[in-house]
Amino acid sequence: MSLSLIQTALELGLICSLTTLALFLSYSMLNVCDLSTDGCFTFGAAVGAVVVLSGHPLLSIPAAMLAGACSGFVTALLQTRMGINSLLAGIIVNRALYSVNIGVMGGKAQLNMYKTTTIFTMVRDLLKNTPLAGMNELVIALMAVVLVITILALFLRTRLGMAIRATGDNPDMVRSSSINPVFTTTVGLCVANAITGLSGCLLAQSQSSVNSDLGSGMVTIALASLLIGNTLMGKGSILFRAVGMAVGSFLFQMVYSVALRLNMPAFMLNLMSSVIVTLAIFVPYLKEQLPILRRRLTGRGGEIAC
Amino acid sequence: MLNVSHISKTFNPGTVNEKRIFTDFSLHLDPGDFVTIIGSNGAGKSTLFNAIAGDFFTDSGSIEVNGRDVTFTPSYQRAKHIGRLFQDPMRGTAPHMTIEENLAMAAGSGGWFSHMSRSDRERFREKLSQLNMGLEDRMRQPVGLLSGGQRQALSLLMSTMNPPWLLLLDEHTAALDPATAEKVLELTQKVVAEGKITTLMVTHNMRQALDLGNRTLMMDNGGIVLDVKGEERRRMTVDDLLDQFKMGAGKDLDNDRMLLSE
Repeated sequence: MSLSLIQTALELGLICSLTTLALFLSYSMLNVCDLSTDGCFTFGAAVGAVVVLSGHPLLSIPAAMLAGACSGFVTALLQTRMGINSLLAGIIVNRALYSVNIGVMGGKAQLNMYKTTTIFTMVRDLLKNTPLAGMNELVIALMAVVLVITILALFLRTRLGMAIRATGDNPDMVRSSSINPVFTTTVGLCVANAITGLSGCLLAQSQSSVNSDLGSGMVTIALASLLIGNTLMGKGSILFRAVGMAVGSFLFQMVYSVALRLNMPAFMLNLMSSVIVTLAIFVPYLKEQLPILRRRLTGRGGEIAC
Repeated sequence: MLNVSHISKTFNPGTVNEKRIFTDFSLHLDPGDFVTIIGSNGAGKSTLFNAIAGDFFTDSGSIEVNGRDVTFTPSYQRAKHIGRLFQDPMRGTAPHMTIEENLAMAAGSGGWFSHMSRSDRERFREKLSQLNMGLEDRMRQPVGLLSGGQRQALSLLMSTMNPPWLLLLDEHTAALDPATAEKVLELTQKVVAEGKITTLMVTHNMRQALDLGNRTLMMDNGGIVLDVKGEERRRMTVDDLLDQFKMGAGKDLDNDRMLLSE
């Protein structure tokens, strides 16, 4: 296994782990499966790219995050105030963002940033003649992930953060604490989608281009990473579990890179992530059912005498 | 303290499942009242609690708590002044969060971005030690690991952390084993007496209904069929209660759990 393979997996894993962290907030904490993730990822990428192309690479980060937060706000609005099922709300917003994204990119399905200054070229120039030369992508991705994990772990221990966690755990209890679950759901989805937007923005700039399909399949990739992370580091403090998300993302990208190296065609990525998601949810379920299954297979009654 | 006046409520109006629960129902509680409620299956005891707590809005009439009209106040806002315990010990707490986090949510002090402070923890520890359940040494454990009785005791602590104007207890000891139920009930009496909290308690235990509090209501078919307090209540026996119910409702009391517990 070559070093460059690991480095690529690490870079991609780190950038995508931001989306995994976003799902960590919405899926694991709020208990909302946010299917607008794909569109939101591209939305962050598109908005970021437009800001970069207008000559403000640093501004692209807050812009992409704000865009993501807006998308999260709309998803939350649909499910909390308009009576739309949360899965459907995600699908609707995801679909709508497809048009919005092309609109943001000025009607084009693709934007290139090869000749413009991006965050990555800025850091590359900064790192010239230092031991870290050529590692600009890794440095940026690592910084972003460390920052997001730290802020997220701190945030989830604040009163608002706890209220968001409690909303996914027991909304009745949130209400009896005089907090409106609608409010916590909205804040949670805004924050989560802001992180998804950031993730998309960084990926687009790292590969110097964005197209309207950039985020397609992101939600299953992130879910697969999240479930891998949960399996390995699912128990413990919030910080530990959040780090597990990054580890899960890296492992997923590793598996993918190795599979590519073993001549798996690239188009298999989505099938692979779907299979991982299915297995990660199915295996614990099967474990639970196993004793009954075994009893039924070994004959009626099992150990219990009739 | 509580003034429910002339409320009515029909669920699923205009469908085959239409169910009229209350028609012109009224109830008044004085400050410091501890009222026990018994009644047959489907009498509307829990529905009354849900109406007071704001799970649904009534079709007509008004609800006042401590002089404030809360008829159209959403439940999460009423919760600031109305504490509530359910029969199911799981409903009052968040299982994947730690004991201290649950308490911090209930305490609700500090701004949105404040962290739990050391003094908060000390306060929670002191409160928990009053339960005599050893929970003060398990503050960092998820609530999901506690037994039903422990969770219910914790819920009680949480809903009375900031003493509410009104406490609603909906058979909150019914799902616990007898010894634990006894303990949670003792705690309830202590907390209610200390805070002089106006309390409404649904129970299926007739003995309990007469022994606890200062007033007993019997409900049937969305109405109050018996309301006793003072001297009359002190002299009352369980048999008297059953007779009175028969007179008021025109039928025998039919509550499965009540019959089983007697």
